[in-house]
Order: sequence, then structure tokens, then C-alpha cells
Amino acid sequence: MAVADSHDTHDDHHDLHDHGEFIAHHFDSAEQQFDSGKLGIWLFLVTEILFFSGLFVAYTLYRTNHPEVFEQAHVFLNKYLGGLNTIVLLFSSLTMALGVRAAQLGRNKNCSIYILITMVCATMFLGVKAVEYSHKWDMGILVRSAFNLTYTHPTPTTEIGKALHISDYLVYLCVVPALLLAGFIVASVISKLINKGTLAKFMIAMAITVSGYFLGVCVGIIFMNATEGETGSTHASVIAEQPLMLLASTQDDHAEGDHDDHDKAAAASNHEGEHSDHEEHFGSHPADGGEASFDAHHPDPSTLSRDVGIFFSIYYCMTGLHAIHIIAGIIALAWLYWRSLLGHWRTDYFGPVDYVGLYWHLVDLIWIYLFPLLYLID
Amino acid sequence: MVDASTRQKLFGTPETNFLNCTKGWKSWAFTLDHKRIGIMYLIGVTIALFLAGVFALVLRSHLFTFDSKMLTDDMYNQMFTLHGAVMVFSFIIPSIPAALGNIVLPMMLGAKDVAFPRMNLASFYLWIIGTGCLLAAILSGKGLDTGWTFYTPYSIDTNTGVIYATFGAFILGFSSIFTGLNFLVTVNTMRAKNQGWFKLPLFVWSLYATAIIQVLATPVLGITLLMLIAEKTLHIGIFDPKYGGDPVLFQHFFWFYSHPAVYIMILPAMGVISELISVYSQKRIFGYSFIAFSSVAIALLGFLVWGHHMFTSGQSLVVTLIFSAITFTVAIPSAVKVFNWLATLYKGSILLNTPMCYALSFIFLFGIGGLTGLFLGALSTDIHLHDTYFVVAHFHFVMVGGTLTALLGGVFHWWPKIWGRMYNDFLGRVGCFLVFSGFNLTFFPQFVMGSRGMPRRYASYDPEFQIFHQLSTVGAFVLGLGILLSFVVLVYSALRGPRCSSNPFRAASLEWQSSSPPDFHNFIHTPVLTDPYDFETQVYDEELDTYIPREFANPDKVAPRKEPVHH
Amino acid sequence: MSDHHDDLPAFCHPVSTKLLFGVFFGLIALTILTVATSALGSALGMPPAFAFPLAMVIATMKAFLVCAFFMHMWWDKSFNVLAFLSSLLFVTLFIGMTMMDTGEYQPTIEAFDVNNLANVEVSE
Repeated sequence: MAVADSHDTHDDHHDLHDHGEFIAHHFDSAEQQFDSGKLGIWLFLVTEILFFSGLFVAYTLYRTNHPEVFEQAHVFLNKYLGGLNTIVLLFSSLTMALGVRAAQLGRNKNCSIYILITMVCATMFLGVKAVEYSHKWDMGILVRSAFNLTYTHPTPTTEIGKALHISDYLVYLCVVPALLLAGFIVASVISKLINKGTLAKFMIAMAITVSGYFLGVCVGIIFMNATEGETGSTHASVIAEQPLMLLASTQDDHAEGDHDDHDKAAAASNHEGEHSDHEEHFGSHPADGGEASFDAHHPDPSTLSRDVGIFFSIYYCMTGLHAIHIIAGIIALAWLYWRSLLGHWRTDYFGPVDYVGLYWHLVDLIWIYLFPLLYLID
Repeated sequence: MVDASTRQKLFGTPETNFLNCTKGWKSWAFTLDHKRIGIMYLIGVTIALFLAGVFALVLRSHLFTFDSKMLTDDMYNQMFTLHGAVMVFSFIIPSIPAALGNIVLPMMLGAKDVAFPRMNLASFYLWIIGTGCLLAAILSGKGLDTGWTFYTPYSIDTNTGVIYATFGAFILGFSSIFTGLNFLVTVNTMRAKNQGWFKLPLFVWSLYATAIIQVLATPVLGITLLMLIAEKTLHIGIFDPKYGGDPVLFQHFFWFYSHPAVYIMILPAMGVISELISVYSQKRIFGYSFIAFSSVAIALLGFLVWGHHMFTSGQSLVVTLIFSAITFTVAIPSAVKVFNWLATLYKGSILLNTPMCYALSFIFLFGIGGLTGLFLGALSTDIHLHDTYFVVAHFHFVMVGGTLTALLGGVFHWWPKIWGRMYNDFLGRVGCFLVFSGFNLTFFPQFVMGSRGMPRRYASYDPEFQIFHQLSTVGAFVLGLGILLSFVVLVYSALRGPRCSSNPFRAASLEWQSSSPPDFHNFIHTPVLTDPYDFETQVYDEELDTYIPREFANPDKVAPRKEPVHH
Repeated sequence: MSDHHDDLPAFCHPVSTKLLFGVFFGLIALTILTVATSALGSALGMPPAFAFPLAMVIATMKAFLVCAFFMHMWWDKSFNVLAFLSSLLFVTLFIGMTMMDTGEYQPTIEAFDVNNLANVEVSE
């Protein structure tokens, strides 16, 4: 810090020799600095756990009080895709741990390789997640207020969607990564041209990282087709196209009006003693399409509880928040990668790798619980 | 015994101090120095205090007559909401820890800075952004009328700026977490050599206990507010009954943070009082370890009682009973502290200067505030008193009578250390008198009208309550005047006050061993470890202007040690 | 087991590669196990009430492996471990008290729904 250096009535000059450039002025030794950082990151992880705890509480309460909602909802989650993502994330944890080890031994090159693999796994995880999300959005599986299960799979309208036979939503989810990929490639070429070798290396690594996302998308689609391939084709034509909206706000009035109707309908039906309040119908009845075929994995939307969307609200909140943590983790890892390229890690200075590593393992840890809680309900 | 040159080496005076070592606005805006960040925080919370204080005065003016037309009902709702939200999130929570604690805590540990100076600065900027978002609710023209608690389902339905305000509170939460995390690590890893846990000043203990709450509870506020934002924008159906959600659940989420947050507000204040009482009685604090552990006990018990905010809001009977019973246990550690302060005063050489006046006010006001809390914790009386002015008076006695009083006391105590200048003690005491009397005049009548059924948060009321409201309004202006006077006294002294020595109050904790104002590195040499509450066996060295262990003192000037008399 | 290097500072404990890979394969095995029990559990005659606790036990075993070895908790300062584990205590408290309450008043809500609908009918 400039202020610190300009002003030195300090007597502790002996520190400065073994201090090295990475020990902040207010610490006495590398060990004190490391211990402080380590305790700090553990406490940060504590705050992370409590941050997620709100969603776990919501999950537990709704699962306890409305088990039927969870029973009905779980069939829409593909446990093989979830399992794939679990393995990807576990592998990234392994490479992270190896990266920490490399940093601890001062092997900067190995460390950078492990961190790169970790980042690729992270983006791959997001790619698989994008396939999952877009598949659900296609079917109208959204948060509570916008939940409108139709099995529709609207035909893609975007050029890329048409060409590749993938959902429009997936195309939209790929826009940002595609831009990033292009940007990093251009940046790497430019930095090569102006002879910034390390920067070029970094940009190439970032490009590789982002391509991990597309790898994830491809693997996700393959897995999806292998495990529930027939869903898309058989149900695609069941119902006439219906525009699905992501934002509930656009559907607000509709949803509320709808709900009131439901209440009255339910009241009426209750009166007749035919249906219970929970068996409400969704806006569009697939039976209208005539040829719908329902089975255990594709239940008739009209038999679902009206609150089944709450499960997906919780699902989107939990996995969305987790995905945000993954993205934050990738940014932190990129910073570590850059510092590994500069050869910053030494046997007495590897703290940042260790701390980000702990954070990364926590993200993995949360997924370890999310996986059975969301995907493996039976 | 040490010779003169060693003593000079240990206690020499630096040529510059943290205020003048660098100049220019950048040296403040990008400073990583905990003292400068603390001062910026102090300025920030003062602005928040004045802003929210003006809201309060407007409210009180409106309530002067029972059929007042000064504010429309909507404006009244927005006014009390912003008063509450700004006071709680932007003023009280950061006031003592982030402003005073930031300045004093590292020095009490003999450290050069907090463990993570960048995070400390980030905390301050998050505070600015968060407060800005809270105020954006007004500036957007929408206002905010949910009360500071953002209860669902009203907060989901209202068209006022709930999203701005909740986002602001979310950001302020992170600012608070950063401060707390920093303090926990600093106390754990950066204590002076041989400074064990039981040689720490009690202010450090209370900040540590506060930091535990900040780290454990504040993230829950974060997720709660995020879920509220999601509920409001996407209607996820977790809190909104229209979509199958549970509005009482929101209250559980909210109070899981916000009840412990009440202790974030009061614990640091208790720590300040422990310092003041001991120094201005020149007497060892009575029951050190009891006070220390009672801070931790309050912090932990604070997590077990959140349901007492929900006695009448649909919480089930069983849980209500449990929460009520646990609530009473919080009285124990609080009372332990009060008894220990009183026992410290007993036979002490009491100096009735400004900080001590505030400390004594604190004990009185906190006593009332704490004891009336028991009325509200008891189920049957709470049914009668809930949502009345009794509740308003109770928490103002704790938060204003407690925290604000302690903040002012602490500021007056450490002010000469920060600026190296002394304030006018007479005017300081006048300010304290105005604050104390104005405060009582404002809130004591509220207990009376609350117990007679005057509901809180209403823009108009029955004529029978008018006299109490008028007393209260007059009191509010006296209180405002007192705070303003204290502010003027402090600012004047920082700029023009007479220079003072490094330890004008003869305190023994480590921060007083630095010069006033302190050096950029706090101490130019490693400070000599002292017992912060030992005014008997340690020696007050006039030359060095500090209490030091006997072996460091100039042997010619020190009376031989008195042998302790055993009975 | 951590490698022992005499020239490393006291706070530096690299974990052996062998152990890291061992932990990783353990985690994979547990993941496959949990998917398998979920997919085949009912077919093999496992009572449904058993499935959720089993999945949680497996997840906790995985969490233990990650915490202890990937996160070096096994060798870490006990204070750090305590701090981390204490967070679980508070999460338990949060879930426990909230669940106790919502569980208590849930029947009231369900009863209220019916009454409410009855009232609507009356008013109509």
C-alpha cells in the first residue's frame, strides 16, 4: 500500500526481508497472514451455509407439509442429468484439490493446469444446467405463478434453433457464452500480436473455459435424448403452440384472474363434493389436444396439485443461486489462473488458492445435498 | 526496571499521525487505514442519524394534535417506515461496531490494522450503496410504506419501492457481514503477543459477540430479502398466500435475523459502557469474566427467541410458549452486566465528565428498556400490549436510550484519542442532560399511552391521548436539540479544541498508549501489554502518560508497592 | 495422510495425490450408489420411507469426505472446524423451530381453507 510505504517510522524492518512482496504491512509473518485468511474464508463459508439455509428451510417445510407436491414434481427431474452434473462437479473438486497441492508445493505450472480443468468442469456444469433449464421452460415448468405444464416443446423460431433442432431458450442461454468465447479468442489473437505472451495464454485458457460450456450443452443434450429421448418427439405435437413467458410479471393478471376462477371453480366443485381443492386444472387442458399419452413420467397436468409449481420455485431458487455461486467461483478461479501464470505461488504463499479451493469445495458440498433433495425424490 | 532510552524507544512520539500523514481526498477515499475508515463510517452514520431523526421529528410534529392534517396518511406511513428502516439498517447496526469499533478495536489489540483492510473499505462502500438504495425508495417517488419489517403479504402487494429498499437492506447486510467477519478474524489472529482472551478489554469481547451474530444471522436476512424480491417479481409462492405460500414463514425468516440483530445493536453499546464505567471509576471492572461471557451468552440466546415477535401473528401456541420461556432467560446475562457495572461504581473514584454521564444514563435507560421487555415477553401481557406505543417505547429505550447513549458516550470517550483535541466538557454534559431528559420526556409518556391502548403506526388517534403525544413531541425536540448540541461540541473540538495528551482520562487499555491522534501504524513501537482494568497494581506514569506494568516505570518516581492485605 | 516435507513451513500441508484420488473414487462410488438406490430401491423392496434418510446419509458421507480431505479439515485448526460445524447447529435450529411451528399451525390453515370456501358460498 502506497500510504504504508511512504511513511516508515517503523521499527519492524526485519520483517521486510522475509516478508516478501505478498505479506501485507499489518501482518507480522506469513503464517499469521495465512491463518487470518484461512479463518476468514471458513467464516465466509459459514455465512454461505446460512445464506443457503433459508432455501433449505423453505424446502424442508414444503416437503413436510405438502409431500404430494414433491411426489408429483420429481418425475420432471432427470436424475441422470443430475448425476452427470454431480460427477462433473466432484471431478472439478478433485482437480481443485490437486491444484491446491500444486500451489502448496510451489509448482505454478501444474497449478495452472489443474485450475484450468476445474474451470472447464465448472462451465460444463453450467452447460448441462442450461439444457435442463431450457427443457423445463419448453414444457412450461416454471415458478409457481407461471407454472403451466403443457409438454408443448414449441418448434424453434430462431435460425440456430431450427438448424440444430434445439430449444429457443437454449439458444438464448448460449448467447452470452458465445459472445464471451468470441471475445476471448479475439483478445488472445490481439495479445499475441502485441507480444503479451502471458496475456495471450490467459485469454486462450479463458476461451477453453467457455468452450467447456458448449461441451456441457452437447453432453447434456446427448444424455437427455438417451434417457428421455422420446419425450420431445411424441409430445411435441400434442398441443398447439402456446407462447410461454419466462417472467411472471407478464402473466400476472392472467395468473391472478385464473386463480380466482379456480377458487370459484373449486368452491363449486367442493360443493358438489366431486373434487378436492387440490385437484385443480391448469389453464390449458392437454386433453384438448386429444392424442396426449400420459404415463408415470408424463403425468396428466390436470391431475397435478395447483401448488406443484412451488417445488419448481424452490428448485429454480436453489439451483439458480448455486449457479450464481459457480459463476462467481469461475471468476475467482480465473484470477488464480492468472496469478499461477505469473508464478506467484510459493511454499510459504499459496493462501489464495487454498481459500478459493475451500469456496469451490463448498459449492460442491451444497450440490451434494441439492442432488438427492431435488432429483432423487421417490 | 528499564532505563530511560528503552522507555523512550517504547513510548516515543511520532512526527506525523494518521490524519496528516497523507493528504487529498484520494488518500481518504482509497484508504485502507481502519481509523480513517472508522471516521468515514462515523460521518456516514451521523448523516443517517440526522436524516432519520428529521423523519422522526416530522412524525412527532404530525402527532402533536389528534386530528393533524400535516401529513397525509400515506405520507405518514412512508415517513415512519423510512425512519425505522434508515435508523435500523443504516444507523444503529453499523454505528458502534463499524464506526467506533473500527477505530478502537485494532488498537486495543496492539495491531496495526484489522485483518482484511480492503474488505473493511468494501464494507464502507457497500454501506453507502445500501443506504443509497434505501433512500432511492424515496427518490424514486414511490416511497416505502411497509414498516422496516417488510412483512408479507402487504410488501408483495404494495406498489411502493419495496424492491429498492429490500435490495438496499440486502447490501447493508453484506456490509455488516464484512465488518463482523473482519473483527472475528482480527481478534482471533492479531492480538498482541501474550494478550490472552481474558486480557482483552470488554469492548473487544462485546464486539466479538456482535460479530458472531453478524456472521451467523445476517446471511439469513440476505436470503430472506432475495426471496422477497423473487416473490415480488416472479411470484414464486413461498411467502405469498395467493400462490400457496406462507406469510408467517416470512416472519420466521425475518426475525431469525432481526431478533439477533437487536443484539447487534445493543451488545457493542454494553461493551462501551463496560469501558467507561471502569475508567471513570478508576477501578477494576467487577466480574470481568461474567461480563465477557454474558456478551457471548446474549449473542447465543439471541438466536433462540425470535418467535417473541410473532406471538399474535398466527404462530402456534406450543412454539409461542417455548419462545416466551426462552425470552426470559435473556434477562439473566443482561442483568449480570448491569449488576457488575453497579458493583464497579461502588466505592470507585467517580469522575462525572461527559462520557460518564452518558454511561450512567445508559444504565438507567437500559434498565427501563430491558425490564419493560419482560412485560412484552410474557404471553398474557403481550396480547394486551402488542402493537401499542408500549412496544415503541420499549425498543426506543433500548435502542436510543441504550445504543445511541452509549455511542455518544463512546464518541466523547475516544474523541480526544482520535483528534488529539479536547472538547468542552461543560457543554458536553449539557448535551447529555438534554439528551437524557428529552429522551425520557419523549418515550416515558408512550409507555403510559401504550398501556392504555394507543396503537402504534397510526396517523391519528383518540383525543384522550393528546396530552401524552404532546409531551412526547416536546421531548423529541429537546432530544434533537441535545444531539445537535453534542454534535456541535464534538465538531468544534475536533477543529479548534485545545490539544490534549495521549491519555487524558487515565485509561489503561492499549489504545491509550498510542499518541493522540495515533500514528498511521497505531503504535510506533510494539505497545507494552497492560491489564486494561488494573488501576491498582499497575503504575500510572505521568511522564509517559499511561498505565504501565510496574517493571517499566521509572523507579525513582514510583511509590513502593503496597503489599495486599489479607483478612 | 499428508506428505511430510521438512522444508515446508508449518502451515503448509499438501495432501498426497493418492489420497485425493482415493477420495474422488469414493465420492463417485457413493454417487452411483445413491442414484442406484433411488432408481432401484423400490424394485428391490426397500420401504419408501427409507429412501429419503438413506439418500441423506449417503450425501452426508460424501460431505464428510469432501470436508475432511478435499477441504483439509482433517489437518486444520480445531477452531476453524468448530466455526464451520457451528453453522450447521444454527441451520438445525432455524429449520427445527420453524418446522415445529409450521407443523403446528398447518392443520389450522387446512381447516381455514374449507371454512373460508364455505363462507364464500354463504355470501353468494
